[in-house]
This record gives sequence, C-alpha cells and structure tokens, in this order.
Amino acid sequence: MNAPQRIVVDPVTRIEGHLRIEAETDASGKITRASSAGTMVRGIEIILRGRDPRDAWAFAQRICGVCTLVHGMASIRSVEDALHREIPSYSIPRNAEIIRNLMIGAQYVHDHVMHFYHLHALDWVDVVSALKADPKATSALAQSISNYSKSSPGYFADVQKKVKNFVEQGQLGIFANAYWGHPAYKLPPEANLMAVAHYLEALAWQRDVVKLHAIFGGKNPHPNFVVGGTPSAISVHTTDGPGKPRGGQDGTAVNMVGLQTVQSVIKQMKDFVDQVYIPDLLAIASFYKDWGAIGSSGGNYLSFGDMPEKDIWTPDSFLIPRGVILDGDISKVHPINMDDDDEIQEFVSHAWYKYQGGDDKGLHPWKGETEFNYTGPKPPYEQLDVDQKYSWLKSPRWKGKPMEVGPLARALIMYATGNKQMKELVDYTLKTLDVPITALFSTLGRTAARGLESKVIADAMQGMFDSLIANIKAGDVKTFNEQYWDPASWPKSMKGVGLMEAPRGGLSHWIVIENGRIDNYQAIVPSTWNAGPRDTAGQSGPYEASLQHNHVLHDPKQPLEILRTIHSYDPCLACAVHVTDPEGEELIQVKVK
Amino acid sequence: MQGPLIDTLARQGVTRRTFFKYCATLASLMALPPSAGRAMAEAMAAAPAASRRPSVIWLPFQECTGCTESITRSHSPSIEGLIFDAISLDYQETLMAAAGHQAEEALHNAMKENEGKYLLIVDGSVPLGLDGAYSCIAGKTNLESLKEAAKGAAAIVAMGSCAAFGGIPKANPNPTGAVAVSDIIKDKPIINIPGCPPIPVVITGVLAHFLTFGSLPELDKLGRPKAFYGETIHDRCYRRPFYDQGKFAKTFDDEGARKGWCLFELGCKGPVTYNACATVKWNGGTSWPVESGHGCLGCSEPDFWDGGGFYRALSMPADPLKMAATAAAVGAAAGVAITFANRAKKSSAKAAHETVTLADLEK
Repeated sequence: MNAPQRIVVDPVTRIEGHLRIEAETDASGKITRASSAGTMVRGIEIILRGRDPRDAWAFAQRICGVCTLVHGMASIRSVEDALHREIPSYSIPRNAEIIRNLMIGAQYVHDHVMHFYHLHALDWVDVVSALKADPKATSALAQSISNYSKSSPGYFADVQKKVKNFVEQGQLGIFANAYWGHPAYKLPPEANLMAVAHYLEALAWQRDVVKLHAIFGGKNPHPNFVVGGTPSAISVHTTDGPGKPRGGQDGTAVNMVGLQTVQSVIKQMKDFVDQVYIPDLLAIASFYKDWGAIGSSGGNYLSFGDMPEKDIWTPDSFLIPRGVILDGDISKVHPINMDDDDEIQEFVSHAWYKYQGGDDKGLHPWKGETEFNYTGPKPPYEQLDVDQKYSWLKSPRWKGKPMEVGPLARALIMYATGNKQMKELVDYTLKTLDVPITALFSTLGRTAARGLESKVIADAMQGMFDSLIANIKAGDVKTFNEQYWDPASWPKSMKGVGLMEAPRGGLSHWIVIENGRIDNYQAIVPSTWNAGPRDTAGQSGPYEASLQHNHVLHDPKQPLEILRTIHSYDPCLACAVHVTDPEGEELIQVKVK
Repeated sequence: MQGPLIDTLARQGVTRRTFFKYCATLASLMALPPSAGRAMAEAMAAAPAASRRPSVIWLPFQECTGCTESITRSHSPSIEGLIFDAISLDYQETLMAAAGHQAEEALHNAMKENEGKYLLIVDGSVPLGLDGAYSCIAGKTNLESLKEAAKGAAAIVAMGSCAAFGGIPKANPNPTGAVAVSDIIKDKPIINIPGCPPIPVVITGVLAHFLTFGSLPELDKLGRPKAFYGETIHDRCYRRPFYDQGKFAKTFDDEGARKGWCLFELGCKGPVTYNACATVKWNGGTSWPVESGHGCLGCSEPDFWDGGGFYRALSMPADPLKMAATAAAVGAAAGVAITFANRAKKSSAKAAHETVTLADLEK
C-alpha cells in the first residue's frame, strides 16, 4: 500500500520531443488523474506566414524528423487541395501518386519497426534478464515461431556475449538506470534474449530500408518533395538519340539501379515484418495479456484515410479508409466533413494560448487563432497547475469529442469496413492470444494494431511497385504537373486541407493562401489528438484517459506502467505543438506567474 | 594488429582489411595525411576493453529528432557499433531506457563521473524568449540545462543547423527567440555540424576524429570541420558539366530533368552551400538530393530558411522571356557567362573560406 501520490515523469524518454506526464494515485497505487503536457514550442506556423506555399513542405517537414516525410506530404497536399478546389481539373500524375504511396508505406514500416524495437520494447523486455538465457533454448524458441535465418544457438550466444561484455564493462550508457528487474517484466530470459538480438537486427535493417526514400527523395531523414508531383524524374528510358542510351549515373536516381534497390527494400521490409516483427509481437504479447484490459482511451477513433488507389480526392479508392468510430461501436463508421465548422475544432482552455472570443470556444482550423499565453510556473518548476492551463498542446475534438488516432484507429476502421486482410489478421491475433475482441481497446491492442498494420502495408507495397513498373513499361514516365507551378497563375484567394494518415495517426495541414502567399497555416497532428490536455468540458485527451483506465502502479518511484501506455501511442511531441496567428499582428503575449 | 575492437569486428564478420580500409577512407574523407588512417586504426584497435569508453551526453532542445534519426542511419560506424564499442552514450532521450527521475539521475551521474572529460552533443536551438519557458525538460529551461552541462564538458558538438546556427526556430520572425549554442557558450571548444539533418557519416566521422585524437578537427570560420564542409555542393556535383554547358532542367520532369541536367534554374542552392552530400551521398551512398531531382536547399548554411525561396534561382541566366524566344544557344552562352562570374566570386570567397551568401550572388 502506498500513500496517495503525485508522480511526475519528465522527461518521458524513447519518444520524439518533450513530454511531461503528471499523475495522481490513490492508496492502492491506481492512477486517478493523469495530465499530459507538451513542454516545447517553436512556432513553425508563425514562421510559415507570408512565405511561398510551394516552400511550405520543407518547413512543415521539420516539425518532426522521426515521422519525417509526413508533414512534408501533408503540406504538399494542402497546397494541391487548394488548387483542386478552385481548379477541379488540377491533378497529380499517377506515377507521382504511386511513388508517394511507396514513400508513405516505407515510412510506416520503418517507423513501426523502430518504434516496436527501439522505443517500446524496453518497456516489456528486460535486457539484464537476457544474460541468464540459455542460447540453445533461445534458438529453439526462435525457430518455433519463425523461419528467420538468424536463429542458431551460436548466433544467440554471440549476442549474449556481446551484451555481457558490455554490462561487465560497467558503462551501461543508454541502458543505465532503467527499471531492470521490475516485477512487471514477465518474459522468460530466452524471450528477452531473442528480443535483444532483434533490437540490434532492427537497427541494421532500418538503415537499409530507408534507401527507398533516398532514391525518390534524395535522403532520409527529411526527403524532398514538390507541389504537383515528385521531384525525381524517371531516367529509365533516357537516351541521347538512337543507340545512345543514358540514365545510370548520368541521369537521376530513379533509374534501373534505383528501381531495383526499391524492389529489394520492399522485399526486405516484408521479410522482416513477416519473420521477425509479427512473430516477436505475438510471442511477447502472450506474456502480457492482462494489458488487453488496461489503457483504453474511451472508444472514439478517427482516421482521415490514405494511400489512394486513384487520387487523394477519391476517398473510396483509399487502402486505409476514412471515418470515425464512436464509443467502441465497430458496427458503424461515421463520415467526416472537413469543411463543417462544428466538426473538427481545437480548444485552448487548458493550453497556453488565448482566443479572441474567449478560451472556452472551439475553433475550426481555417478560422483557428493562436496567441501564446504562457501562464505556467516560472522554471525551474516542480509541478504544473493542471487545473489551469498546463500544456503547449491544444485539444482537438471531433463534434466535441476526444478522438484517438493512430494504428488502432486505422485497424478498427479497416476491420469495421470489411478489409479482408485486416479482418483475418485481427481475428488470428485474438485467437492466438486467446483474448476477447474488447482487448483491442487497450494498450496491448494499440501495440498489436501497429504490427498488423505494418503487415498490411508491407504486403501492399509490392503491388504499388508493380503498377509503377507497368506504367513505365507502357511509356508513362510523367511524375510532375507543371501546370499551375507558378503562383502567378493561381486564383487570388484559396484554401485547402492536406490530409494524411501518418504512422502515428490522422494528420491535417490547413492552409489559407492570398496572392500566392501563405496567409494562415495550421497543423493538427496525431500527437495533438492523442496527447492534448483536457478540454473546456473537462474531457481528458486520449493519453490522459488511457492512464486513468486501470493503471495500478507497482512502485510509484518506478512508473513502468505509465511508460507502457504512453509508448503504446508512439508519442511525437515536436509534432504536437504548433501555433499560428491569423491576424498577424501581435504574435506573442507573455504572462508569467 | 590485435585488440578488443579487432576481435569484436571479427565476430561481426568484419575483416582486419575492411577495418583498415574504413580508417583510410575516413582519414581521406577528412583530408588527413595517409598516416592518419593507420594512426586511427591503431588508436581504435588498441583501446583496451577494460578502459572506459569516453562519455557522450546528448541534450535535445528545440529539435525535431531528425539529427538523432540521422545518426542511426550511419553505416560505418553504425550506431550500435558506436554504443557498444566506442562511446558510452550516457544520456540520449530518444534511445535511453530510463525515463523521468531515473533519466535525470543518469545525466547527473554521467556529468559528475566524467567531469571535464565528456563530449556534449546538443541538437536543437535554445529559446531565450519568455525566460526560456518555451522549452523545458524536467521543469528546467534549455538555457539552464545547457549551461549546466557545458560546464564539465571537454568540448561541445552543435549537431544540426538548429544547434549550430539557430535553424528553423530562428527563421523569421523567430517567435521564441531561438539562438545557437555558440551564442550562449563562449568558454568551450564548439564544433558545428550543420545540415538538416547532417549527413550520418559526417556525424560519425567527427566523433571518430575526436575519439582518436582527443581533439577537434580543423574548423572553418563558421566552426564547421573543413574536411566535410570545405567544398561547395556545386563544385563536386555530378551535374556540374551540364551547368558548364548551359544545360538546365526547366521543370521537374522535362527531358533535361530525365537526363540529369543542372537544377540551377529550379532553385538549386548548391553553388553557395558547403557540405559533403555530392561526394559521400546519403543512406549508404544510395543517392542525394540533386541526384533525386530536387535542388539543394542549402541546409548547412546559416539562415538558409530565409534565403528567399527554395525554387528561386540564385540569379537568372537571362531574361526568361528572351530565353523563350531565342532558344538554346543563348541559354548556353548565358549559362557559361554565369559560371565564370560565379566562379570568380566563389574563388575569392573560398580563398578566405567565407560563405558566399545568396545575397552576394544576386548582387
């Protein structure tokens, strides 16, 4: 028994950005109230004002270097949407759409695998316990769940020796001071050793698979994009006249060598997901089934949808569908109207901003306004006053309701709309783990959904690549729509929304363009939906609600349970904090208590 | 040559020959004499396993984690190779197992135990506005954390353009009053590794230099290692011959774009950007921005965000209307003329090793 306590976790590590969690527990150690605070702001939307909308992607992309690409993509789509709304014939070449889908797909698989092994695994895997494992038994375990080639006793003995040498040197580096030995770690030593080996394998794997981004976007992190298509022309057929073929090093990276690299990356992704990620996920989950009853955000899920078979303006053609699920009822998927002032709104009653018309009203992002209004304690501080404003994140709501976004939302909406593969995968997982369907609405469900989604996407990428090759073979090498490239050719006033499903969830960039320049820019990002503070009505954001659902801390000084649930969302805080000011006058107002 | 590192590498399937080749390549990349490759190899191989690996503390401020992601993409040395064999990465929020109080404790332990010896890496800018409240970790401002950690550091690496030059948070109108590390810390050696993000091998190359020689490599006036930032992208670009011939891509997928012609007219900032992308390329030598059809953004130069537009050509070869009317010959001639003009400016600037700014070229 513990006395009621207030626990602060700051910094929350193994995430992107700066997140602080404050939680209050009762005498049983159960969390009664949790508060999620973003503690860093840069003001990228303020910086974007007045700039060339074609440049916006590069700025927006720097919102985050982990889910690199997604903000660039959403930004490009916002400008293209603005053009499409005014000029319905405006379109993106099919090849560019395929290349974008491939880049998004690679981002998902890369991001999800890295999240599972490098950001999340250490919440479930005890590295120190791996030293006690029998390499032979580990090999038997690995071979019983997968045909992955690196599974010999010798291989696991080598990994164990490497870790042992490391530990014996006494400098634990990134593994220092963690919760090793905490009773909430349930894996046998062999499963721990297997996971540690795959932690290292995944580090090597991820370096190679980002080559797909390097081919199409020049580099990773932060590949390049362009409004109207993709930047790299296709150099496969380039000649200097009859009998004088070119391409290769003289052309662009999208030549035969580059395309072969893409093909091999797609295979590497699929193999790793099939042979390592999914088997590990199921094996580890089988020891943590109780987490299928912990960490529900409350049952509301939202997806904007993505990966168009046709184009971004034809949601029916999306691999990942658009829609909302309410109160855990997967029998119905509700439509979303982006343009309706009363649907998507942001609230600031507990965020360090100020609205002209009062802080208790929600504002649609095209009408969004922001003025910094820091009322928190003067640093250094011990605690935030969570009854007042306490975060740099706003509180986005759909029809006034908090929404969880991300892999779980997408998996549920795919399941609910009858995606055959997702339905099979979910049913198989529930059966294998022997848990009820309600276990999906949990920390375990969230982590599992991320893996299942990786499989659906890794599988789909081969088809995308094949259709790109078929187009090139048929002579279609168009990747860019040069019409309306020049802002001088644009209508005077435009507005658009760039929607996408980032690995962490629904992402929307809202742009208002006047005379070819950015007049207002707003990004509502996945981690704002998930990590945002309470709203005017006092409704918790999904992080907070999840922590308030069945979390009993074994030891408040070692709040491993908090990390499990927070990491199950894969937080991305630099993304989540954004500001803008449509009036463009007084940008900053400061109040320090 | 024997030693724990050689053994480790052998276990990982890396031969001695490959290891030496790596050290030689690293030395030549960093413009060191050939003997340095051998010295590096010996220093790295001889480090006894029992001795302590140098402590590295990495503090994240106003950042996007792109720089951390970039170092995980380094092929040689790899991040796991660095962590297990070369350094003790004692604080790195994205990768470390501990959180909250335990993370703070790890930081303080590392600073105390390695006082005066640890290498401090900083990514992200530091906001001065609002007395620093725009960015806090564990309730402390970044400014306070930086000053505290800088005190006991042997040297500081400002990783990425935000830490080196203020980067995107400092872009106009700099809403949070963001500044670079060197604007705050004046009494420690600082090495700037700009780029958004920096190239993985540049990050690990500089770390290897520090670990091998215990000193910083030779720096230019902007605090960047000359080995990697000594030449412009343009000077080492495989498309340079087309520039010299006046052959320019006009859109992103015209015939010129497919043939790999120069991207100058599409806004490439290669001529004014000092970085190694054109030579070492990205992601294991797979490609780099210009090879994948997009002009260089100039991301390793100070204030590149406010350079006037990524698709605006540094200076127009000729009046665009006349260009359209008079075809390629004029374009070619204009291109050549520009080349000479830029070369003259650049060579004089290069002698003093100053950055040619966009404004300079547009004069």
